[in-house]
Amino acid sequence: MPRELLEGNLAMAEAAIRAGCQAYFGYPITPQTEVLEWMSKRMPELGRVFLQAESEVAAINMVYGAACTGARVMSSSSSPGVSLMMEGLSYIHGTQLPVVLIDVMRGGPGLGNIAPAQSDYNQIVHGGGHGDYHNIVLTPSSVQEAIDLTVLAFDLAQKYCTVAVVMADGSIGQMMEPAELPPMRPVEFPQYDWATTGAVGRERRILTSIYLNPPEEEAINIKLLENWNRIEQNEIRYREYYLDDAEIVVVGFGTAGRVALSAVRTARAEGIPVGLLRPVTVNPFPTQQIRELTKTAKAFLVTEMNTGQMLDDVQRAVGRQVPVEFYGRMGGIVPFPDEILAEIRRVAKEPLQLDTNPRYSWLERLNLIRN
Amino acid sequence: MDTAVPVQVVYQRPESFTDTPTKYCPGCTHGVAHRLVAEVIDEMGLRETTIGVAPVGCSVYAYNYFDLDFVEAAHGRAPAMATGIKRLLPNRTVFTYQGDGDLASIGMAEIMHAAGRGENITVIFINNAIYGMTGGQMAPTTLPGQKTTSSPNGRDVEIAGFPIRMAEALSTMEGAGYIVRRSLHDPKNIRLAKKAIRMAFETQKRGLGFSMVELLSSCPTNWGVTPKDALKWIEDHMVPVYPLNDFKISPELAGIKV
Repeated sequence: MPRELLEGNLAMAEAAIRAGCQAYFGYPITPQTEVLEWMSKRMPELGRVFLQAESEVAAINMVYGAACTGARVMSSSSSPGVSLMMEGLSYIHGTQLPVVLIDVMRGGPGLGNIAPAQSDYNQIVHGGGHGDYHNIVLTPSSVQEAIDLTVLAFDLAQKYCTVAVVMADGSIGQMMEPAELPPMRPVEFPQYDWATTGAVGRERRILTSIYLNPPEEEAINIKLLENWNRIEQNEIRYREYYLDDAEIVVVGFGTAGRVALSAVRTARAEGIPVGLLRPVTVNPFPTQQIRELTKTAKAFLVTEMNTGQMLDDVQRAVGRQVPVEFYGRMGGIVPFPDEILAEIRRVAKEPLQLDTNPRYSWLERLNLIRN
Repeated sequence: MDTAVPVQVVYQRPESFTDTPTKYCPGCTHGVAHRLVAEVIDEMGLRETTIGVAPVGCSVYAYNYFDLDFVEAAHGRAPAMATGIKRLLPNRTVFTYQGDGDLASIGMAEIMHAAGRGENITVIFINNAIYGMTGGQMAPTTLPGQKTTSSPNGRDVEIAGFPIRMAEALSTMEGAGYIVRRSLHDPKNIRLAKKAIRMAFETQKRGLGFSMVELLSSCPTNWGVTPKDALKWIEDHMVPVYPLNDFKISPELAGIKV
């Protein structure tokens, strides 16, 4: 396929179509509406299902029903809309169905704004809905990666009968870059031994998430966890940049990771031994890979577009051996490479302390910039 | 003298039923409603091609009683879930079975929009004027003055508003093909209810849009009366508030005899 100049939202929608998405249910919300619009045009002309739901609540429950047939189905939304989908996600996990969700994150909390942010990390990675479940969470940092991860999301959702989320942010959704779309896959209705398609010549099938008998519900929880353990063992993905001799390790995902890479390159040119680890899956999280880096690194710098939601996971991985510093921007502000470069220079120069909350000193520094 | 009487089966379990013993309270009309649905599915030969959607409420375990493919929805979301199934499998029969808390309270948006879209599904709506499963709280369908555990002095319309008439509301939707209300309080009305359920499934079979049968039902346990008095209470108190009527019938259904 030739490279084309593609907008992120449109590229993810078309990638989903080419990955064999059979049905899309969604609701308009900025900055992801182009996914819905593209689907509204393309799905019917391909003889597939598109439906604009009355709310995100309805959309995710339509996805839930459609997934019960075994079809490859998806929805997309942005932060406040994804909040409304949390109930449905919990039920889908409780029923162990394959579903893909694209979340194009925006500033929050509340109505917030429509500018890029990464503040859905906790609700997508660490829960959101009730009960013990884990989403597979893929975080693109370019339009090309958004395409590739959308295709991967369908394959992983199907392989593990679970929810795979492409967690992009508004800038990935809205920006245009040259990228290559995958070839169109033939659409085949997946055949499962659990799908409720009508009991033609077979025993009836029931898909449910209610188990009133606690030992049965515990068994489901164990099954979900065992599935997640398999995912953790097989599906951790990340990108490493200049880490071979890095004394400072920057950790950032998505757009924050991309901006950090520019800063890391400039710092390298200045002779600072710095590298970048960019998690591609933030769930499962590259905990072991980060732990391995504590043997050689003298400091970590986590950079995000939130108040340090992934920071907690990095700290857990690093332990108390090496200082972990933080730099974030919030509310829809994307940090400039210069801001992260200044942080890298500071970490390279200043004596750092263990066992302090990096958010305190970061807020002091941030307020100096803002005032 | 031999008096061989030929065996005539007058009553048996519908094929669309499983052998699961009922767990509904004595005198509850859920069992009657389940049976009518199963009989209609049998008569139309739809057992293998029907997918049911169960709600949250007393009938959360409806799927234990039906020998069909079944899914279990989140509270109020059965019409959305049914939409997802029907859109992927348009040649299958899809129905939801919902109570009044599920359909008329938490699921109001989903039911109205399913009807508005003319979603080609069938809805069996059990209106017993109370929340049964959680132990008898006020429902959107609770009658003015009716005592429940959350309206202990009777529903005060100044505070809690008025009962919601779903059949009337849904009949305003252009996408609806068949909207009626029936009652399960005596044999005559049960027979009429079965005919209506048959018509609702016929509506779906012919692709005539959204169909719903509202069934006035009893809840002796939470109403605090005997099963017999509960049926009388439907007739005396519910029917005047919820008139039994055809609220919308697609003209294309006019010639159909069931």
